[in-house]
Amino acid sequence: MKTSSNNLLKSNAIWLVFLAEVIIFAVASGGTFISSNNIVNITRQISYYGIASIGMTFVILIAGIDLSIGSIITLVNVVCAYLMVNMGVNMWLALLLSLCLATLIGVLNGAMVASIGIPALIATFASQTIFEGVAYLISAGRPISGFDPNFGLFGRWSLGPVPICAIIMVLCFAIGSFILNKSFFGRYFYAIGGNEEAAELSGIRVNRIKYLIYALSGLFAGLAGIVLLSRSNSAQSTVGKGLEFDVITCVVLGGVSVNGGVGRMSGVVAGVLIIGSLTNGMILMDVSEYTQMVVKGIVLAIAVGIDCISKKRQAT
Amino acid sequence: MSEDYVLELEHIRKEYPGVVALKDVTLKLHRGEVLGLIGENGAGKSTLIKCCSGAVVPTSGKIRVNGKEFDRMTPQLAAENGIAIIYQEFNNVGELSAAENLFLGRPIRKGIVIDRKAMEEEAAKAFEQLQIKINPRELVKNLSVGYQQMIEIAKAIQQNAQVLIMDEPSAPLTTNEVENMFKVVELLRKKGVSIIYISHRLEEIFRLSDRIEVIRDGEYVDTLITPKATVDELIKMMVGREMTQKYPPRKDCIDKNNVVLELKNVCGNGNKNMSLQIHAGEVLGLGGLVGAGRTELAEVIFGSKPKESGQIILKGKEIDPKSPREAINLGIALVPEDRKRHGALLTNSIKNNINMPIYERISTASVIDSATEKKTAEKYKEEIQIKCPSINQLVKNLSGGNQQKVILGKWLAADSQLIIFDEPTRGIDVGAKYEIYKLINDLVEDGRSVLMISSEMEELIGMSDRIIVLAEHEMTGELQKEEFNADTIMAYASAIDKKEVS
Repeated sequence: MKTSSNNLLKSNAIWLVFLAEVIIFAVASGGTFISSNNIVNITRQISYYGIASIGMTFVILIAGIDLSIGSIITLVNVVCAYLMVNMGVNMWLALLLSLCLATLIGVLNGAMVASIGIPALIATFASQTIFEGVAYLISAGRPISGFDPNFGLFGRWSLGPVPICAIIMVLCFAIGSFILNKSFFGRYFYAIGGNEEAAELSGIRVNRIKYLIYALSGLFAGLAGIVLLSRSNSAQSTVGKGLEFDVITCVVLGGVSVNGGVGRMSGVVAGVLIIGSLTNGMILMDVSEYTQMVVKGIVLAIAVGIDCISKKRQAT
Repeated sequence: MSEDYVLELEHIRKEYPGVVALKDVTLKLHRGEVLGLIGENGAGKSTLIKCCSGAVVPTSGKIRVNGKEFDRMTPQLAAENGIAIIYQEFNNVGELSAAENLFLGRPIRKGIVIDRKAMEEEAAKAFEQLQIKINPRELVKNLSVGYQQMIEIAKAIQQNAQVLIMDEPSAPLTTNEVENMFKVVELLRKKGVSIIYISHRLEEIFRLSDRIEVIRDGEYVDTLITPKATVDELIKMMVGREMTQKYPPRKDCIDKNNVVLELKNVCGNGNKNMSLQIHAGEVLGLGGLVGAGRTELAEVIFGSKPKESGQIILKGKEIDPKSPREAINLGIALVPEDRKRHGALLTNSIKNNINMPIYERISTASVIDSATEKKTAEKYKEEIQIKCPSINQLVKNLSGGNQQKVILGKWLAADSQLIIFDEPTRGIDVGAKYEIYKLINDLVEDGRSVLMISSEMEELIGMSDRIIVLAEHEMTGELQKEEFNADTIMAYASAIDKKEVS
């Protein structure tokens, strides 16, 4: 009985943290934090890195890492905007092409990690730099704007009080959760994260799954890029810089072990909500951007620290 | 009366989620005695000694050292109270000298400078005390395993250990080194050091110990005075039943007309010209020394390593599996030697492990049919009697024997026709071994074929219908059942040496 109540507490601890955070900010901001206006604001702010965190969850589940998603988001912004504005391509076609590009970059990451065997940290670090540069080359560092007004659908429009981008995020989380729990791919992800060699010898084509996972990470990052572009209504070649940091923090905070093999989608949702409210709350409280960086860095270190300590505990 | 004992463990209990590793174990160690601690794999010996070192925190129970009572140990407390453990893996640093290793973590210093000379002198004294000949300046990586172990022991004594716990100390040693280690143990006993000696080798226990404590399934069974104990009695206590038969009887089920697998001059993965046939219902034993190329051959058949030339023919059709996946789809399975690294997915559930090779088969549009998934796992859990509270249990919480069963269950679920066992009972305790043998019998009686790699001569002879021997990556001999003989097999296994002689 004692252990089961312990587990219950442990698996819901992350939600308690979220609750505590909401209460603190609500009180500290004199209620502004929980006003309906601000809640809509938060959902809009978290939607894009919420979407990106799904792909990252898969990557970290197999004990990998994807540092390139910030650059993918930037590149998708620039390319999609360039196609629509400079080349007059139809909005839907531009969107489709941009998502294909994002997926392809993911495939490239997969090739470096799975086929060549470059450590994921270095491989995706390289593509981060490469595609950040490419985005600059395309845009020449100038913002691109003047889109089809319908492009506001993904980031600015709402269905009643609910922002469309939040609906997109919820759908993506549902798909992610479905992949992890109901499809055989999810079982493969956990198996590879647990023990790659044994997974291969159990008949899993590990390399193919790695390609798939990095491709999915690219695709979800691409989708996040579209939502962000729609919201800002202007493509900036710095827009995605450092976003991978927030995304990784959300995923790890959500209980996905950096050692692979352990983690649930619901935890990641909580992680996204915590980081989203933290960012928003700090802005409301007029905390400077640099102080925000300090706080977020500490949060990441604590999240990983908790993961490592619980692993050590298990060993004794 | 407690002052008679250096170390007392009372009613130690250790629970892990879902599993009780130690139910109730009590151990009392007299001053200056050697206590043999025996039990099957999974009986809880390692957990028990980890409770003494502080690596494991007992759920309940008392630890008393020289009359001082503790609820739990920590590595610091253990050291302060003179408890030292010699593990199977040593904590030596290969790039440092013997003397530096002896003072690892607490070097003799002059101010901030290390006093190498003083350390070497002290080390020489320490080695002399144990009557071992090690040059203190020698780098540890250049020393034999036996000497490396001696350094560990010397280190413990240097730190005033009164209780020395040795976990399978003879396992990595050669015969000569074992003799030297025995001498050191005797010497320490005379000096008044108390020793807990854990070993699978009963003859060592009989030779060294004053008393023998047996534990089974995490419970204390009995403690015997060594001169009054017998081997049969001890085995019965460890296993909990009498071992009448080591190898279960098998029906004659070989179908000589049905060749399941044939290799013709297969080269690759270091091996040359491997040719053999396996029939339906047959256990073909693959003998030879470690490094003879047996595992390498299994890897080629299973598709995890490429074939360079030759033919692999499965049921009359030539095959060339490029990955384990392809081999599995063809009905070939491998139960690897290193269960924890290559076999079981420890952090996944029994259910997931058993279904792993067939997930794509039981999914429609990538969605798993969860009813079939559960049914399959339950079916094999029953059929091969995997002992677990539920199929959702993580495999890492199972004993070695049950982990092996999960791996086998996985291949039965995949409907494998040819199952390759690489050292099927390595690290599995006596009772579970018998069960694994029975399962192998069931497989062949069911018409499947088994290729069994084994370094245990007795097992090879006891289980095989036919034996092929490899030496230095070549086949050197084949024996029919009536020709089985340990000496002949050994001769084939070292055939290369014989060639040189003739």
